[in-house]
Amino acid sequence: MNALKPTTLAGLVEAVRGVERLRVEGGRTKPGLLRGDGAVLSLGFLRGVVEYDPGEFTFTALSGTPVAEVAAMLGERGQHLPFDPMLLDAGSTLGGMVASGLSGPGRLRHGGVRDFILGARMVDGLGRLLRMGGKVVKNAAGFDVPKFMVGSHGRHGVLGEVTFKVFPRPAARMTLRLRAPGIREAVGILLEAARSRFDFEALDVWPGSRDVMARLAGPPEALGPMAIEVLSRWPGECMDGGEAGTRWAGLRELGWVRGGMSVARVPCTPGHVAGLLDHVADMHLMSAANVALVSFEPGAVRGRLEKWMKTQGLRGMLLRGDGRMWLGASCPMGVEEAVRRALDPLGRFGGPGDPDEGHDGNE
Amino acid sequence: MNDGVAVRRLAALLPPGRVLREPAHLAAYESDGLTAYRQRPLAVAIPETQAEVVALVRLCAELGLPFVARGSGTSLSGGSLPVAGGIVIALNRLNRILEVNPVERWALVEPGVVNAHVTAAAAPHGLHYAPDPSSQTICTIGGNVAFNSGGAHCLKHGMTANHVLGIKAVLATGEVVELGGASREVAGPDWCGLFTGSEGLFGVALEIRLQLVPVAERFHTVLAGYRTLEQAGEAVAAVIGAGLLPGAMEIMDALALEAAVAAVHAEYPPGCEAVLIVELEGPREVVEADRARLGPVLAASGPVAIRVARDAAERMAIWKGRKSAFSAVGRLSPDFIVQDGVVPRQRLGEALRCIGEMSGKVGLRVANVFHAGDGNLHPLILFDGREAGALERAEALAGRILRMCVEMGGSITGEHGVGVEKREYLPEMFGPDELDAMRRIRAAFDPGGLSNPGKMLARGEAPSLQHAGLHPLERAGVITRE
Ligand SMILES: Cc1cc2nc3c(=O)[nH]c(=O)nc-3n(C[C@H](O)[C@H](O)[C@H](O)COP(=O)(O)OP(=O)(O)OC[C@H]3O[C@@H](n4cnc5c(N)ncnc54)[C@H](O)[C@@H]3O)c2cc1C
Repeated sequence: MNALKPTTLAGLVEAVRGVERLRVEGGRTKPGLLRGDGAVLSLGFLRGVVEYDPGEFTFTALSGTPVAEVAAMLGERGQHLPFDPMLLDAGSTLGGMVASGLSGPGRLRHGGVRDFILGARMVDGLGRLLRMGGKVVKNAAGFDVPKFMVGSHGRHGVLGEVTFKVFPRPAARMTLRLRAPGIREAVGILLEAARSRFDFEALDVWPGSRDVMARLAGPPEALGPMAIEVLSRWPGECMDGGEAGTRWAGLRELGWVRGGMSVARVPCTPGHVAGLLDHVADMHLMSAANVALVSFEPGAVRGRLEKWMKTQGLRGMLLRGDGRMWLGASCPMGVEEAVRRALDPLGRFGGPGDPDEGHDGNE
Repeated sequence: MNDGVAVRRLAALLPPGRVLREPAHLAAYESDGLTAYRQRPLAVAIPETQAEVVALVRLCAELGLPFVARGSGTSLSGGSLPVAGGIVIALNRLNRILEVNPVERWALVEPGVVNAHVTAAAAPHGLHYAPDPSSQTICTIGGNVAFNSGGAHCLKHGMTANHVLGIKAVLATGEVVELGGASREVAGPDWCGLFTGSEGLFGVALEIRLQLVPVAERFHTVLAGYRTLEQAGEAVAAVIGAGLLPGAMEIMDALALEAAVAAVHAEYPPGCEAVLIVELEGPREVVEADRARLGPVLAASGPVAIRVARDAAERMAIWKGRKSAFSAVGRLSPDFIVQDGVVPRQRLGEALRCIGEMSGKVGLRVANVFHAGDGNLHPLILFDGREAGALERAEALAGRILRMCVEMGGSITGEHGVGVEKREYLPEMFGPDELDAMRRIRAAFDPGGLSNPGKMLARGEAPSLQHAGLHPLERAGVITRE
């Protein structure tokens, strides 16, 4: 069946109303999230910036708008989404970014996708175009449905348009590589650095490395003196700006993932890092050990990883690869199904019977 | 349902003395920070443990008994106003800080913990809890979560929702759920984000995990006085436009200044009609560099005077004046309504001008104290409740201000919530489909409509509230309140 490709919000409503069951795709950058049966609703053509007033520090755009386009637009005015949106070159869309809840390394300092979304126009399972949240930076009226849509993987509604707040972009950045003999020491540095006075923009451990990558950001004249002090506290060196930029861009695009590997996003705490590393092929540890992007071989390796995750109460979400979208522990709540039914009573976006909805389906 | 049965069952759950029934005891719970509304509950239950709260909510579910969770009752929108025939679950005794984890930077607290106590517990570790409502020395984390409360430092740090990592709650159905966790990220929908700001309509939060952040190494707090309110508003736009991200930007107008002077002996430059507070924060090198950029921007904004806090004491004095402003206005007028609305930041000047005109037209004084960086207005409408029709005129003006916010593309509340006060205005921001979707979500958490019914969502729900207005004795001028 051909994909439905609405180009307007009205077209989106019509498309949703016209089918009994559908699955949404954006830029196809996280195919692990595209599954289920039913018609394919492609949002790649529902694109364009609806409103951008730099003085307001907010923008509104259709959900199929490539994040790269938005980043370029903001960049021209010295602004940015401070959580380093991922997969820009790969073509990720705003809607996909929200539905996957995927933030990048910069989420450390000011928060992630959930902390910057202000409003959304979405089509619910009854085919109604709803305007939830607001367009101003502060709004406490009504339930915060836009936040709930972050990480909702398209199961509660189709995003048509989103509004975000943005921040001024720091004038300069500097990446420091802090040497750690092993992962435990690296985690120790991450935790100390996250509590330090330096207000790091990112604190990551890069794949294939045990070193901590600490990124400072701010006025150029401030960074040099801070870097010297950081390096006197933890051994390491300042990376060349060009090289650092290339490396961060590589991380952003998941360039480190070897062919044939599945990729998942696993929220975690520092205590989980060493164990997690034992069960995966490679790992990009982000945000002072609050979330890991892990790559692993599908099949038996995934099975062992999931088994371990369950013992730890860890739950992850597949970004690339086959198999169930959820990994690891499940947290069944009665209210979960009730809320899904409230927004999608007819099961248009997948419901009972959807292989991903089963809570404990082992591979 | 038979009230007698409900009370007997309640009394069986809690020891004597922790179920209040006497009118004299109930009086303290009849109202919250929005004192124009008043309702006597059937009873007040005072649990001391999470298990007791769960048992109470399950009993309510069984009996179909409405309940209202209550923290410190400082809600300014009638959020913790009791429901006729229902009970109040007073959570002040669930006030344990269960754990402070300085390494992972979070605190696990019970809902009755006072906001400022979290920061006090984190302080020895160089950490703090960022959301700082002006009421922070009394309001509770449970109330903050219910209202997604903000504070002066939202501009950079965000609201309560941006700092809640996990919530354990008993839903109105009696189901106990754990939302979020110890990580700053979650897989799956953002349940904590949905619960935060739900105004007590889903159930009762039992345990909340809050993110802690390092206390900034350096602050640079500037107070700039302006001849007009508009100039102060323009200065805000200029600071933001310069690419600076201050921790806070607050404005007080002449009337608010007068109040702060009277209440806490704050001192402000003479001859100014408005004061802007800008606070930079961060590592010392960053603050020094930003300070060098802020200086010329402020100088160019036409201030009458600029004062820089030279030390922590001077900084605290500036903030004391600002944070006391709400209560201080009480000294200027027997009664006042605190309004809370949001406009796009660039339309602040225009909004303030409109408010000035509207206030002139109806002959009521309005003081303005607000979170300028966020476009979050707090007009305080002064009136004398003993004057016939004064409350109605004040409420009408408050309503017009809210409509103006909506017309400008803003919001009817930035942080005080909808509560009872603004439920009639919610339909001005959201259409019938949106409201229906919210009702459906609410019903998913609370099919019986028992948890804080009649708040946020108007009508279509079981017990409705009566607008009691002023207490009869107040109306008669026998007693007054402040
Ligand atoms: C002088 C003054 C200054 C203020 N300044 C600010 C400010 O700067 N910023 C701001 O945002 N607000 C401000 N407020 C408003 C108020 O303090 C906040 O809304 C605060 O969060 C309320 O906390 P509380 O403990 O008093 O809650 P309450 O008033 O007792 O309850 C508020 C709501 O929370 C619900 N609730 C309470 N506990 C729970 C729980 N455990 N689970 C579920 N629901 C619960 C109640 O049912 C009610 O709907 C101010 C109020 C005053 C009086």
